[in-house]
Amino acid sequence: MKEMMIILFSAILVDNFVLSKFMGICPFLGVSKKLDSAVGMSAAVIFVMLMATAVTWPIYDMLLAPNNLAYLQTVVFILVIASLVQLVEVILKKYVPALHKSLGVYLPLITTNCAVLGVTVLNITEQYNFTESMVNALGAGIGFMLAMVLFAGVRQRLENIDAPECFQGLPITLIAASIVSASFIGFGGVVDGLFR
Amino acid sequence: MDIYVIPVLLVAGIGVLAGLILAIASKFMAVKVDERFNDLRDALPGANCGGCGFAGCDAYANALLENPDLSTSLCPVGGAAVAQKLSTIMGVAFEEAAPKYALVHCNGTCDNTTYASDYEGPKTCAACNSLFGGRGTCAYSCIGFGDCVAACKYDAIHLVNGVAVVDPEACIACGMCAKACPKNLIDIVPAASQVYVSCSSHAKGAVTRQACKVGCIACRKCEKTCPEQAITITDNLASIDPEKCVNCGQCVGVCPTGAIRTVAHCELPLKAIAGQD
Repeated sequence: MKEMMIILFSAILVDNFVLSKFMGICPFLGVSKKLDSAVGMSAAVIFVMLMATAVTWPIYDMLLAPNNLAYLQTVVFILVIASLVQLVEVILKKYVPALHKSLGVYLPLITTNCAVLGVTVLNITEQYNFTESMVNALGAGIGFMLAMVLFAGVRQRLENIDAPECFQGLPITLIAASIVSASFIGFGGVVDGLFR
Repeated sequence: MDIYVIPVLLVAGIGVLAGLILAIASKFMAVKVDERFNDLRDALPGANCGGCGFAGCDAYANALLENPDLSTSLCPVGGAAVAQKLSTIMGVAFEEAAPKYALVHCNGTCDNTTYASDYEGPKTCAACNSLFGGRGTCAYSCIGFGDCVAACKYDAIHLVNGVAVVDPEACIACGMCAKACPKNLIDIVPAASQVYVSCSSHAKGAVTRQACKVGCIACRKCEKTCPEQAITITDNLASIDPEKCVNCGQCVGVCPTGAIRTVAHCELPLKAIAGQD
């Protein structure tokens, strides 16, 4: 249980996917303008990360690793995740229209997002077992949501500042993102201390 | 040989399998789109302004399909012509929509009121309003940086002498300016109503009078004068019910500060700007 908590909280705070590993930057910058779309996008990311891990881990463990095909993981993972998300979108549209309405717009955006692929590949390189992988995926997703929600707040402030003309728009956003990212360095070591 | 064949077969196999599953799924789980949706979408102007109260033209079309009782005349951009088309597609009786436009409920021009502070921050109303509620002496007054002007896609609202003024002819009542105004000074009203209260101050009469020459001081003269009982004073501010108002103009005559005005007053400064250009 303690190990699970360490994996979960490291994924959320210390190894935050967006702010420490710099994965998934394009949705981070693209969809963080408004709080509600940031939350919707993050919910979709959590959902897809969990699902992708649940599918890719067994594929690697049962299909690729025994046949010495580990080098194929990127190709196979992209293929599987992309078609899986498409399938889920179709199923949601048919059977759970309410969920499709809130997540549907974001699902195609993250079919092969690098954060989603990243979490599945990292689960393999870190040699997590299935449960640990799922916990790691959940933590990565929550970490993504934390970063998105925090940054949506920063973005709303950014709209009301008098930036020099050459910094207006994306440049000042990137600077703000780097400051938020730097603040996450402060979490280094926190998790080890918490669960010692 | 195997080191080439097995990976290729594996990836190809997964690809074909995924393709098959997706093809089958899209066949069996296809969601029927109402064929009227495309017609509705074509009939709507596609401005996606949100003036109908929905997120965009597609959202309004969907709402119409889901709720047959919904009025077909909500689109302010297309007006009667679009409402007619929508009614035909939906097969319901067409009812003429009353044209509307936006009104700014403030007349705190540079001549009528003053600034309480020198504000040097970003030149937007939202930013200025976040610091002690704006720079004006009156806490309810137009801030005058023109967030509404920036929001208007139809060049129908302008800053005249420190206050936003709507050009009733260009305004299509999409309501974007009303959403942009941090002071909530802008209302969408039926074009038929010609008399309006050009003040939003809920402060007590004496406070309003000190801050602005043309504020509503809640003296209740208009309330007593109005033959149709269309005017009510709530929280130190007169408001005119456009449903009851018959534009007789008696309230304009009795108002001691000139807070109640006719819309014709707005057009005068606009003409002055046009003359300068």
